Amino acid sequence: MRGGTSNEPAAPLPAPSIGGESVDGPTQRSEEDTPLDDARTDVEVAERGAAPIRGGEPSAFASAEPLAVSTLEGGPPVAGAGLVSPGRARIGDRLFHGAAAGSGLFVVLLIGLIAAFLITRAAPALADNKSNFLFSRDWSVDTGTLHFGIVDLLWVTVIISLVAMVLAVPIAIGIALFITHYAPKPLARPVAYVVDLLAAIPSIIYGIWGIIVLAPHLRSVQRTLYHLGGFPLFKDKNVDVGTIFDGGVVLAIMILPIITAISRDVFERTPPQNIEAAWALGATRWEMIRMAVLPYGRPGLISGSMLGLGRALGETIAVMLILSKPSPGAPFTFSIFNGGETFASKIANSAAEFNDPKQTGAFIAAGLVLFVLTFAVNAAARSVVNRRKEFT
Amino acid sequence: MSAVAPAVLSTSHVARKAKNQLATVLVTLAFGIALIPLVWLLWTVVSKGWHAITRNGWFTKPVGTRTYRDPGGGAWHAILGTLEQVALCSLIAVPISVMVGIYLVEYGRGPLARAATFMVDILSGVPSIVAALFIYAVFVTTFHGQRGGWLVSLALVLLMIPVIVRTTEEMLKLVPNELREASYALGVPKWKTVTRITVPTALTGIITGVVLGIARVAGETAPILILVGYTDNVNGNLFSNGYQASLPGMINAQVANIGANRSFTGQPIHNYALDRMWGAALTLIIIVMALNLIARLIGRHTKFMY
Repeated sequence: MRGGTSNEPAAPLPAPSIGGESVDGPTQRSEEDTPLDDARTDVEVAERGAAPIRGGEPSAFASAEPLAVSTLEGGPPVAGAGLVSPGRARIGDRLFHGAAAGSGLFVVLLIGLIAAFLITRAAPALADNKSNFLFSRDWSVDTGTLHFGIVDLLWVTVIISLVAMVLAVPIAIGIALFITHYAPKPLARPVAYVVDLLAAIPSIIYGIWGIIVLAPHLRSVQRTLYHLGGFPLFKDKNVDVGTIFDGGVVLAIMILPIITAISRDVFERTPPQNIEAAWALGATRWEMIRMAVLPYGRPGLISGSMLGLGRALGETIAVMLILSKPSPGAPFTFSIFNGGETFASKIANSAAEFNDPKQTGAFIAAGLVLFVLTFAVNAAARSVVNRRKEFT
Repeated sequence: MSAVAPAVLSTSHVARKAKNQLATVLVTLAFGIALIPLVWLLWTVVSKGWHAITRNGWFTKPVGTRTYRDPGGGAWHAILGTLEQVALCSLIAVPISVMVGIYLVEYGRGPLARAATFMVDILSGVPSIVAALFIYAVFVTTFHGQRGGWLVSLALVLLMIPVIVRTTEEMLKLVPNELREASYALGVPKWKTVTRITVPTALTGIITGVVLGIARVAGETAPILILVGYTDNVNGNLFSNGYQASLPGMINAQVANIGANRSFTGQPIHNYALDRMWGAALTLIIIVMALNLIARLIGRHTKFMY
């Protein structure tokens, strides 16, 4: 890292730009212990090669380069003009690099540890389970023998998240479009801020508001859907307040800001030439959005929705407060107008009863399934985003 | 796109205009719909909680032995618990997260950096209940420890790390490369460049991340349910066994009283527990919103620097 000294005055320009494009931050360069001057020589050589193509613009540049390169060639770089002795600097560097890399390693190991501990703590309970873990509807772990299966939990977790997605995704896209392409410029920022505020409200407050204030107002909506009926999701109705539908509506509000934020991000990055091309074809605003903005933003929309889904799957306290617990042994229904328990709410509801390690193991097994589920959804979402990043 | 364009543009002029109008209405409506829950929720919490928190002693007294039939009492025990749990969590999470951010921006390349980036993403998606179960599986099931406030802090660390790492990363990337190069040019070693030049330049941004991280974990309830018991009395010791209050815990504890609005003889009565619940909710919202506002103000200040 030392020794850039000699070429600093001679090369004021090359640092921030390669071929006229700004380089995105230090990740591109100055990593590891590769001396900076090496990297810089490369840049400058490339620069010199590209110079003729860019025409007469950077003349100052061309004249500066030979100077820089020649000074670099003159022997090894001077070690820090005597400010710090090379040995001490290297130790400091090594320690700091070690600490930084150690923290990185810690984060990587953390996920592994979570998986490892959940698996080892769930294993004894799973081995003793007298019911089929994946296909049984039982859940009795209080007595001597363990009977537990996740079918009910999985169904409620998935369906409540889907209800939330169906409600939240279209609205989130609408808001993102409003912020990026409809709202007047001075209004866009406050609007975005207001939506972000929704994310700041703690989920327990959504929970108490949802069950005490919102759910009674949703009764008539549910009754209407129920009477339209026929469809298995709307078929029967045992609970008035505290249904899966109520929970889905509250979850929708909670995941709205995540989906909006990511959609907004990708909509903003639509290449202006695509937008202008649409305008030039005489498109209306909506046609421009359909031709330019939406196709470009589709991967971002998908991954944003999946991140929202991941949040909905794992939401605990709001769902726990809202959903009414079904009585044990109640028959299975597809209806969203009944109560139920998700993975997270089941675990939280039973937290006070964690006594015996084996019994707790049953709940840890449920937590493990939830972890795998959210891991898969999030990893898929991220891979879509990251693939997109490579293109842009 | 060339296949789409003619198809879209070839419909009649009137239909196109109508469609455009409809889309404008729907998009504006979407924003309106998002405003409804926000305003409704904030109004509910403020109007129902205002009385409780403006009462004398709210910030200095615990609930104590009061039941839903007894007025008075405050949230001091819960506020203290939340502050302590969040403080211990920050103490652990902030240095780790900032170092991870530094690693990813200043050093990161190769498989470890890629893995770390991926794992931070995954960590940000880990449900709080899973984080809590993990801490429980480690400290209670495996090491036979007891529940306590400090375990909550540990679970919150897992939730706080990704928030701070992301912001730190973004902010360090904004630091102009010339600053680093100028420092190297003077012969300053890399670690000193990072600690004296890069991090101080990005400091306000990093603080924004820390504040956002605190706001994110202050309202978390799932770890509290699993890792600590609730008490109506003041317990200032994070490591004492079993019971410590916190604002989310206080709200959750009062939920059991929601239906209680009649006396034993069937007379309708005022439910004071519900008052305290909304009071605790309002206190929590005020703390979290204030933190967000502070983060935003610091963040705005940062933007002028570049």
